[in-house]
Amino acid sequence: MAGVTMSEFDYTDVQGLVRFGYKKMTKASYALLRVKDAALARAWLRSAPVTSAVEVKPSPTTALQVALTAPGLEALAVAASVIAEFSHEFRGGMTEESRSRQLGDVEANAPEHWSWGGPARVPHLVVMFFGEPGPFETFVQTSKGPSWNDAFDTLACLDASDFGGVEAFGFADGISQPEIDWNQRLTVPRTQLDYSNIVALGEFLLGYRSEYGKYTDRPLLDDSAASADLPAAEDAPGKKDLGRNGTYLVFRQLQQDVRMFWQFALQQSGGDIPQAEKLASAMVGRMRSGDPLEPIQEQEIPGIHTTPGQKEQNRFTFDQDPAGSRCPFGAHVRRANPRNTDFPDRPRNVLTKLITMLGFGPKGLHDDLISSVRFHRIVRRGREYGTKLDLEQALAPAPARNLNPESGLHFICLNANILRQFEFLQNAWLNSTKFSGLTGESDPLLGNRVALPGCPVTSDFTMQNSGGLRRWVSGLPQFIKVRGGAYFFMPGIKALRYFGQTGSSTP
Amino acid sequence: MTPQSSFMVLAPIVPSREKELRALLASMNEGPGRVNATNALIPFAKFENLHFARLIILDDKTTGDVRVYGLHPKPYPLYLAFLGDMDGDENSFLEDLVKVAANGLRKIFSCCEKFGADTDILNWMKERRKPSIANYVNTRGRTVRRIREEATLYEVVESYIQKNSSLWNLAPREVHAKLKQFVDAEKASGRLTLSPARPTPFGWWIRNLLHLLGVPLLVLVLSPLLIVIAPFYIVRLRMLEKTDPEVCPTVDQGYGEELSGGEDHYVSNQFSAMGRVKPGLLRLLTAIGVLGAVDYAARHIVRPGRLGRIRTIHFARWVFLDGTKRMIFCSNYDGSVETYRDDFINKTGFGINATFGGAVGFPRTNWIVLDGCQDEPKYVEYHRRHTMPTQVWYKAYPGLTAVDLERNERIRKGLEISSLNNQEASEWLALL
Repeated sequence: MAGVTMSEFDYTDVQGLVRFGYKKMTKASYALLRVKDAALARAWLRSAPVTSAVEVKPSPTTALQVALTAPGLEALAVAASVIAEFSHEFRGGMTEESRSRQLGDVEANAPEHWSWGGPARVPHLVVMFFGEPGPFETFVQTSKGPSWNDAFDTLACLDASDFGGVEAFGFADGISQPEIDWNQRLTVPRTQLDYSNIVALGEFLLGYRSEYGKYTDRPLLDDSAASADLPAAEDAPGKKDLGRNGTYLVFRQLQQDVRMFWQFALQQSGGDIPQAEKLASAMVGRMRSGDPLEPIQEQEIPGIHTTPGQKEQNRFTFDQDPAGSRCPFGAHVRRANPRNTDFPDRPRNVLTKLITMLGFGPKGLHDDLISSVRFHRIVRRGREYGTKLDLEQALAPAPARNLNPESGLHFICLNANILRQFEFLQNAWLNSTKFSGLTGESDPLLGNRVALPGCPVTSDFTMQNSGGLRRWVSGLPQFIKVRGGAYFFMPGIKALRYFGQTGSSTP
Repeated sequence: MTPQSSFMVLAPIVPSREKELRALLASMNEGPGRVNATNALIPFAKFENLHFARLIILDDKTTGDVRVYGLHPKPYPLYLAFLGDMDGDENSFLEDLVKVAANGLRKIFSCCEKFGADTDILNWMKERRKPSIANYVNTRGRTVRRIREEATLYEVVESYIQKNSSLWNLAPREVHAKLKQFVDAEKASGRLTLSPARPTPFGWWIRNLLHLLGVPLLVLVLSPLLIVIAPFYIVRLRMLEKTDPEVCPTVDQGYGEELSGGEDHYVSNQFSAMGRVKPGLLRLLTAIGVLGAVDYAARHIVRPGRLGRIRTIHFARWVFLDGTKRMIFCSNYDGSVETYRDDFINKTGFGINATFGGAVGFPRTNWIVLDGCQDEPKYVEYHRRHTMPTQVWYKAYPGLTAVDLERNERIRKGLEISSLNNQEASEWLALL
């Protein structure tokens, strides 16, 4: 289906974060800005030292990335007709009322309580600085340049912390990532029968074919002096593609109550620490080390542990655990990536496929309830923030003076279709009280535990038990609170320069 | 077995009363998308056999799309549709409706054409009935009463398990036996009711049998004709499929947000969509044939709880409007509109293409069932643009999904069996 391109992908126009996590750059800071002076802001964007996704040796020690919100594009005086061609979700913003409901951003999570991103505190852009400790501070200062404070108002400056590869609760994080098919070597299958971790480039960059073999809507401009430097649109001859090489960046600040999480696990386990760890691992779906609860499988999974850098801890599916007895259905990693395919069983021929399609396939209650995962993958680029609390500290009774240092995750994910990727994951899988035929639950880590009409309880967590009654815990408190968030567009570098140029001129 | 049936009353709105009607409908809600089930106009909760109901102003924003065929859009009247799905037959339900909600219905219908102060509501509604061309019921015979009784059974069993941790150490067979013993005792004491199914109405049974046999017979009789026509049909169809214009512009941002405002308040949602059948006899006959087949399959062939691979639809129907010019589709489904659309594309794309591919502007199909909605970016906009806000939507069991209902039924059935082997008992226990 997709054109087979044998040439190497040209990374020069792509911002580096799409390709790299910059893990060696242990310092990071996210400047959430509002445009104070549009002309100065544009001038800064034109010359900002944005890092591309080109691999350089030796690896760089600093990196800078830029992404903009829809109000940000307006503030830069990008033409309304251009903004109107971005996706509905991006334009509507993360805090549009219905969207808040769908994302679970209600009650304690509601945008009105956010420290940024809520009413009147929506950033125009985020500038992300990454660096090794040595050069970091200088890099930030020089990148900002002399006009920074005149160009922008700083809404918030969020510093990331380095917890050494674990998230705030103490679990190894960032293990499961899709492998982007940069060179578009794989043709997108009409039907995928084996789980693959290789995902079409168009799922993460606009202007390329998605898993459906189609191009996501994005602004396509007429050729003009202003748009001359933009890449050409693959699917619309003669048009310039403002979206190409860009991606949508979802940013959410998630505050994690580490002590509450571990104290809850401990209390449910009658004070037995190994049992508490077992319960916590069941909720996460991995051990603290990152080892999955499912055995590492012999059979290779495309895009997992096939090249150095891909983790073996990721080589598993839930195929051999259909009852959820090893990894509970509701475990965070199983909700977030069910590792399934387009068909529940592997139909061997057209006839069995047809039988399944017509509804005469597997009969089990839990069979075929989950959408095919390949249309719902995200690249995660988040980082921890705050002060790390060790497991021992978290399990110990809270000190008399309530020293509960804030920590959490600056969640960042990249996707070409916010609705089908991030929002779907958040709404249909993580938040859903009915995920995979469950009831009365929500994501054990992220759930807001808010009742719905007819569903008074969403705070249970079940551990299925093959051949016996399930075990469950009730009354999970809300461990994670949303403290801020916004939808950004992280453009290709040429598109970023275009935003820096356009001004009020029409495209 | 008590079969389910449906009703739909359709009436043009008096233009000058539209605003008043909208206000009346809004007064039946607690907020956008959240019905007040005991509202003063139509207290839905009082009808113990009513599964779903909705009141919707059929405001199709896409009527101008026929211009791509060089046709002038007709100024269709704005209709009010009142529809629902219930246990038992349509006439008795409409009678009950008038008994319980005459005043409210009168207020609402007085905003419609040809409804006066002395109009007989029942007759007026019956004259405006709009039958569906295809209808889907998730599980025939599953009554509201049974749904509620089985939901209570589930809760009672769950709380018993929670209180009796000793069960956890027993073998599956023994757990089943203990639970059965407990439930039987609860039933005997009258604390728990699990009503037996009522006998199937004889008239319905006969009609169903005639339908089961009659439709294939009709197809058989017509088959020589169909075979003769087939080559011409195929050639013409392929030509149309290659040339029919697509109309999939991006949906207006404000309109999309208005639709979202009425969605995702519950674990289930309503879907109401409208469009025009493509001009020409071939497209019309195709639509009739496909929907006839869907209706027949839904009635006699599909496995309960599964419309193809989709397990989230409770009730759905396709209705022709303005003769056969326009069509509406209404469904009640679990999950969000995005999961629903995902199911459409990835699980039953062939069915979606067949049933909607004949609508003006639908993404290009091939051989009736291929491509079409698989053009996801176009389909998403098409789908959203043809969706209409539903003013009032009622669901009798707001917290339960179709899968919940299936689970509860499996639990009950397991408890009706006196003894299970260990394998069966394990599978049954996994439901709890």
